Amino acid sequence: MKMDSPITDSIVEAIYAKAETITNKVVKTPIQQKETWTNRIDNIVTSRALGFPLMLALLCVVFWITITGANAPSEFLARFLFMIEDHLTAFFSFINSPSWLHGLLVLGMYRALAWVVSVMLPPMAIFFPIFTLLEDLGYLPRIAFNLDHMFQRVGAHGKQALTMAMGFGCNAAGVIAARIIDSPRERLVAIVTNNFVPCNGRFPILITMATIVSSLTIRSAYQTVMGAVIVLAGVLIGILATFLVSWGLTNTILQGEPSFFILELPPYRKPQVGKVIVRSFFDRTIFVLTRAVIVAAPAGALTWLLANIKINQLSLITHLSTRLDPFGKIMGLDGVILLAFILGLPANEIVIPIMLMSYLSAGAMLELESLDAIRELLTANGWTWLTAVNFIIFSLLHFPCGTTLLTIHKETGSWKWTALSAVIPTVLGIIICIIITQITHLFLPLF
Amino acid sequence: MTLNQLPAGKLGVVLCITAEGPIRRRMLDLGLVPGTIVKTLRSSPAGNPTAYLIRGSVIAFRSNTANQVLIRTIHRR
Repeated sequence: MKMDSPITDSIVEAIYAKAETITNKVVKTPIQQKETWTNRIDNIVTSRALGFPLMLALLCVVFWITITGANAPSEFLARFLFMIEDHLTAFFSFINSPSWLHGLLVLGMYRALAWVVSVMLPPMAIFFPIFTLLEDLGYLPRIAFNLDHMFQRVGAHGKQALTMAMGFGCNAAGVIAARIIDSPRERLVAIVTNNFVPCNGRFPILITMATIVSSLTIRSAYQTVMGAVIVLAGVLIGILATFLVSWGLTNTILQGEPSFFILELPPYRKPQVGKVIVRSFFDRTIFVLTRAVIVAAPAGALTWLLANIKINQLSLITHLSTRLDPFGKIMGLDGVILLAFILGLPANEIVIPIMLMSYLSAGAMLELESLDAIRELLTANGWTWLTAVNFIIFSLLHFPCGTTLLTIHKETGSWKWTALSAVIPTVLGIIICIIITQITHLFLPLF
Repeated sequence: MTLNQLPAGKLGVVLCITAEGPIRRRMLDLGLVPGTIVKTLRSSPAGNPTAYLIRGSVIAFRSNTANQVLIRTIHRR
């Protein structure tokens, strides 16, 4: 049956006419006193002058709360989980287990797990509730309202702004969030590009590297300011890449009529704080963490094996990174870094630990005590500010983590789109790193 | 005139919907039928989309969606 037949129209009209007469009879609306609160707030948060600055400020505040708030619990969790590791080690030596079994299970699997949990859990347990609070408050649709025009320009949907915001917490969650976009074409755009916003797992990379870049370039009290600026620049690069790739997709393989944009802006309401915290913790935090744990454990075991199986006195990790080294050098990185990103596929949190482990030729993942120690180790391995910059670029522009890829496959039901979601950012990252490196090599000697 | 031409703060009454397919369906679902009174509330910072008051709820349309609704301005409710 054709949907737009005059009959269906008349039916809808009749239903609304009937509903109207009934409501007019039984519902009394007091004459509106001036303006509603919702209207007053909207006049500010969607205004031409304050709409964008307020959104950006809010984003910064959310990051700041997440990062500073997660510091202490992260440290506590790490200490607690590594204390358990000591007990596990004691237990394994007590039962006289062979050292490879202890290495594989404790130094490989358990340590990777401990890492991912202590790095990911606290920021997610802070970020997701804040996000859910904003959702419950009713602010999120206003973000889509404010930004829709930019998304329209690149052929995407305004609600993609919300999936991106969710992606700051976790890209897998951002990919699932793309369900809010009705049109399949625009939903795919949102899914494929979500990986460009740095998630909670990559924020520590961004922060560590920003600190290292600023300490390698300037030596003064401005280092922390410089670090913050670099983190913000990283986020903006990711957002820029999102628009660029969205535009590219909608003009090539995802061409088509733009779908319609109809968005309800519900009245603001007081968020149910208790409910929000419980809901976001169980629905989002635990969900994401479980998936990360499922992929991190085998990755830890694999990494341990690669670091401990030796051929001609050298570990497999050394062999592999030597192979990757020439290509890494063209990108302004090196073989160890590339291998760390590849082995870090299951979870981005383990990229830096794997890299440090390889540089130290140690047999298990480890984290150095201080940033200064990391910086010294890196410069001893030939790092310059350029290496750190390329590292930041590549951490923003490379294949999504294993959890996100599995989620993309689950959401799209297509291996083709899953593969494209990995290939597009990786190629983009490689090209940009090569360009930056070659241009620097060309012009730097001139100064 | 079409809905996207209705200035902020002004009221209009829907004459007919020219949209076809799922958009039309969605508009009807929102209660946007001939005779419905709408009010333009505000535009987003970039000027598009625009929010309208329709039967007590606030709904935003892009201008290329709102121009598929024909209206007539009215002055008082």
